[in-house]
Amino acid sequence: MATKTLTPTKTTSTTIPRALAALTLVTLLATLGGLLLGLLYAGTDDQQGHIQRIFYIHMPAFFGAFVAFGTTVFGGLAYLRTRQAKWDTLALAGVETGLALAVVNLATGSIWARPIWNTWWTWDPRLTSAAIMALTYMAYLMLRAGIENPDQRRRFASVYGILAITTVIMTLVIIRIRPDTIHPAVIGSSPQNAEGGFGLTSSMLTALMGNLPVWGLLIPVTLMWWRVRLESVQERVEALKARLGEK
Amino acid sequence: MKTPFFQVVLAIVRKDLQAELRSRELVSSMLMFALLSVLVFSFALELDRLARQEAISGVLWVTVIFASVLGLNRSLAAERDAGNLDAMLLAPVERAAVFFGKLLGNFIFALTVGLLLLPLMAVLYNAPLLQGWLLLILFLGTLGFSTCGTLLAAMTVQTRTRESLLPIVLLPVALPVLLAAVNASTAILRAAPLNDWVTWPQILAAVDLIYMVLCYLLFSFVIEE
Repeated sequence: MATKTLTPTKTTSTTIPRALAALTLVTLLATLGGLLLGLLYAGTDDQQGHIQRIFYIHMPAFFGAFVAFGTTVFGGLAYLRTRQAKWDTLALAGVETGLALAVVNLATGSIWARPIWNTWWTWDPRLTSAAIMALTYMAYLMLRAGIENPDQRRRFASVYGILAITTVIMTLVIIRIRPDTIHPAVIGSSPQNAEGGFGLTSSMLTALMGNLPVWGLLIPVTLMWWRVRLESVQERVEALKARLGEK
Repeated sequence: MKTPFFQVVLAIVRKDLQAELRSRELVSSMLMFALLSVLVFSFALELDRLARQEAISGVLWVTVIFASVLGLNRSLAAERDAGNLDAMLLAPVERAAVFFGKLLGNFIFALTVGLLLLPLMAVLYNAPLLQGWLLLILFLGTLGFSTCGTLLAAMTVQTRTRESLLPIVLLPVALPVLLAAVNASTAILRAAPLNDWVTWPQILAAVDLIYMVLCYLLFSFVIEE
């Protein structure tokens, strides 16, 4: 009796939406294309050699984190206005996706810095603020874990998600206001003592422009969509479990 | 009928100050902590004269921010435990007024601790800490911490992990304030020319203003029930 009523709803909710499947395929292909652009098409940097190619992922990944954390702000604002749980789920998806991309950004930066700066990590202002940015969003997850009442959790998480964007903006602008950073600027002129900056030739610029929409838009959007879907599937499972418990 | 905005703010500040004057719980524990922290730093870093001058503004600000965290937790936990928050929500007052009232109280406590700390550190570390500019930076810096601290403490006292959560959520968000304050104070202590560092107080004031507006807008979502 119970299985009969449950089966049809189960199958409809576990099929992947066609748009999401298409987007995932496009993202996978685009990521591959972006890698080919960066690894094969772009010319080798005459000073840094092949290690410079990691930059085609390093900077776009930060951009993707920025987009994801921006989504968190949007989701938070929308939740506080409408009080619909789906917006909070979107905000949470933004934080988790952004955190993953921020880790990609930090890891690739570290790998690049080993041969160029001769160290994995240095307490440079920009590196420090990027690390603190990642910690802020871990604090967001801790804050969520500390609240039991779901309405209160959504409310507080929205507030903190909006406030936390200041650390992202801080990471973006710190390179302009702290003159002692050694991190090269990508847009505009680098700080005086930047080490390991480079001029982009046209093939390098093509590789960067090819990778930017992939890591900055396609990957975060796809990941967030999957995360939101995971949440709704989870809710469904909980609801079904509750219904089974009643029977 | 609503009670006028400033009357509410003043009433809350007066209540906090009166409670503090009678119990002397908050400022005395903040001050004791600050004193210990300054002493521990001077042992832990084994500072010689030159290193001390480099590190002093960092020690000052770390001490002030941790003392503020201590005070913020107490101040908001007291509201929750006595059921004051609920009572204030029932009262016909604007929530933003509650925010500014609590903010002003916390700010006064933090500033008091900072002001008492300055002459003490000036003696212990033998540095010219009592300058007009440094007082301005202290004013702006503690204002920035207290602003986002009041909002976040109102949140964290309502969570399961309570006191331990506040520093975790506050420190990263307060980073822009800390950065500007530390940089400005280091430059002032080095007696650098005004033109070299005058952007820092400006950045600090701008960050304060942004946080003030942001926290004011967000506070009503934190205490609703």
